[in-house]
Amino acid sequence: KCPRVSPVVTLCYCFVSPQIRVKPDNTGVVTDGVKHSMNPFCEIAVEEAVKLKEKKLIKEVVAVSCGPQQSQETIRTALAMGADRGIHVDVSGKDYENLGPLQVSKILAALAKQEDAQLILLGKQAIDDDCNQTGQMTAALLDWPQGTFASEVSLEGDKINLVREIDGGLEHIKINTPAVITADLRLNTPRYATLPNIMKAKKKKIATVKPADLGVDLTSRLEVLKVEEPPQREAGMKVETVEDLVVKLKEAGRV
Amino acid sequence: MFPASRYSCQARRCVRLLQKIKTEHATPQLYTTLHRRACSTVSTPRITTHYTIHPRDKDPRWEGVEMERFADEADVVIVGGGPAGLAAAIRLKQLANKHEKELRVCLVEKAPQIGAHTLSGACLEPSALTELIPDWKERGAPLNTPVTEDVFSILTEKYRIPVPMMPGLPMQNHGNYIVRMGNLVRWLGEQAEEVGVELYPGYAAAEVLFHEDGSVKGIATNDVGIAKDGSPKDIFERGMELHAKVTLFGEGCHGHLAKQLYKKFNLRENCEPQTYAIGLKEVGLDYTNPYLSPFREFQRWKHHPFVAPTLEGGQRIAYGARALNEGGFQSVPKLTFPGGLLIGCSPGFMNVPKIKGTHTAMKSGMLAAEAIFPKLTAETLDSETAGLHVPEYAENLKNSWVWKELYAVRNIRPSFHNYFGLYGGMIYTGIFYWIFRGKEPWTLKHCGTDANQLKPAKECTPIEYPKPDGKISFDLLSSVALSGTNHEGDQPPHLTLKDDSIPVARNLGIYDGPEQRFCPAGVYEYVPLDTGDGMRLQINAQNCVHCKTCDIKDPSQNINWVVPEGGGGPAYNGM
Repeated sequence: KCPRVSPVVTLCYCFVSPQIRVKPDNTGVVTDGVKHSMNPFCEIAVEEAVKLKEKKLIKEVVAVSCGPQQSQETIRTALAMGADRGIHVDVSGKDYENLGPLQVSKILAALAKQEDAQLILLGKQAIDDDCNQTGQMTAALLDWPQGTFASEVSLEGDKINLVREIDGGLEHIKINTPAVITADLRLNTPRYATLPNIMKAKKKKIATVKPADLGVDLTSRLEVLKVEEPPQREAGMKVETVEDLVVKLKEAGRV
Repeated sequence: MFPASRYSCQARRCVRLLQKIKTEHATPQLYTTLHRRACSTVSTPRITTHYTIHPRDKDPRWEGVEMERFADEADVVIVGGGPAGLAAAIRLKQLANKHEKELRVCLVEKAPQIGAHTLSGACLEPSALTELIPDWKERGAPLNTPVTEDVFSILTEKYRIPVPMMPGLPMQNHGNYIVRMGNLVRWLGEQAEEVGVELYPGYAAAEVLFHEDGSVKGIATNDVGIAKDGSPKDIFERGMELHAKVTLFGEGCHGHLAKQLYKKFNLRENCEPQTYAIGLKEVGLDYTNPYLSPFREFQRWKHHPFVAPTLEGGQRIAYGARALNEGGFQSVPKLTFPGGLLIGCSPGFMNVPKIKGTHTAMKSGMLAAEAIFPKLTAETLDSETAGLHVPEYAENLKNSWVWKELYAVRNIRPSFHNYFGLYGGMIYTGIFYWIFRGKEPWTLKHCGTDANQLKPAKECTPIEYPKPDGKISFDLLSSVALSGTNHEGDQPPHLTLKDDSIPVARNLGIYDGPEQRFCPAGVYEYVPLDTGDGMRLQINAQNCVHCKTCDIKDPSQNINWVVPEGGGGPAYNGM
């Protein structure tokens, strides 16, 4: 008997490039033209949602992404992996530059209520900003239980059994639905979005909404003062004796 | 009266090599290699696991695996999302929209995004672009830097001889633009989507499909989910088949599917072999000394007193490499075959003295589209074979400015190369091109394939290259990191060897392993065997930047570059 669970999976459209440069005016990093695609942890989240649907434990998978026009491609990839429909929250320009975890969680909370979702699956963090905050904030805004860093998920009636990867090892918890889950690396291996599925995905629906329609205020509470490259690695120094080392350490003010 | 600075690079290299021969001695590392190559009598460890060399139908690990492929139909399939492929796609849809016909045009491209594998100088002659999209400026095409001045010189060891730029010489760049080709290709991709082309970046065409009558039926994209040892993974999925009435192959210089098509349809029987250069700004690939490393030559060139000041104070932000064709008129193969045709740098229309091939590539794509369109939309499909044969494309190309241009400059490069040397070549160009516009009745030949040019290592002297200084010149591996190249690690290496034993026996034995030097990404390394005696070839396939130099220059022609899982490769940003 399948519970009427309709999860919402949120995707990060983030930049995936090994070479990042700081903008000349130090206000951020260069994003123009840098390869963007789905955040790897979000791919794992989508895969988990699609697996749950294939096991007939959930009814429908909705993929959500917040960002400019190009983030629709990320939603298409999720649709090609097996999501049923997509929602693109259109945020561009200055709003997009200021879009942080707090704003995204507000958007997700509003969408969850609108869609009557029972489960929100996200990646544990985005690989461009490494914040690791959106899942937790979303759960707090909705006052839902959260299962973060999940490496195993199983549904049991209206509860969820979760194994979490924590510093000390693995933690087993049981939480009620509705809930927020964030995916960690070992949860699953995402399937490829094959070309026939990409072509079929073109026929699936992607609705576009604006944050204002959801009643969300995007003002940022943070102001970026400066972005700098990490300092160049300096050459090391060789010393002959331990006494020399102590002298050098004192000179450098370290001791 | 003087030729492009390109030739001066080659000339200078030759002069330097001649000088160094007197003063050089090989480094200890090279001596050990020379010594060791005689000792490898152990059996060859397996390197190649790709299914093109080891077929899966005989492989027990593949028993019971579902190999059926999903197939879809389009009117036209285009392989390759570069200037030629995109120009052809745009032109086809322009014609379709104008005549209100339905035409499904699908384009597949191995790069994860259109433009990510594009690399070029580039100084663009906008003629073809203006023909394709006359209002490119209003539409925001990224042609932002018009050329204001041309400077040409012959560079000697420390000085330069300035060369006057006369109007009418092919190198004159008046009216051209300096562009970031990757950005232009990305913009072309957006234009293509606007007119209704279906673009599929991240999906590589891995196989040509044939009808029973031998004509081309379409292509199949690459399979995914094969492990490094060639066995199927859990997430294995077959590629997809795209069938079309006609397939355009625009893979760029030395395409791997084109290589198969040359053999199958015998397209090269009446033309000369193609010769190439590698674009690191640029070193010709017909060099003879196996100790030459194009990458390190480039680093050395940057230190020349005339070049270094322009670079000082700058910061290296990107790196890439790609082969380009230099055969010109003499090396153009037969362009059409039942079911398909070749466009762009794949057959090779680069105007070598001008060092420009983008405008001719785009024009070839447009001519292809214009030749195909009436045949596709005709009331009855007039074709003997299931796949459409469109010989009109080749005829139209021969009557266009592309052909005239290539014909006029056809003798310039051979005159330097094979016949008259640097100064003789300059005089030849001056008389026969500048004055007589290439109308002389004879056509000079090239020397043969680049692979055959290498002399055995014992006849040549190792070249000692200066160490990179970290400011203007750099080491190879940090440069490769900047190309952003990456491939899924757990897949069979896509640099396949027809015979795993040849690298150590022949390439290392006779030529001292030139692939260690000509690969601009450090893919090939000869490392000692674990047992201690002898060497083996290690292929670091993940570094590959898809330049195709190894497939071109391997003296044994044993390396066969095939396409890796789509989406892998360099991540150039507007190169």
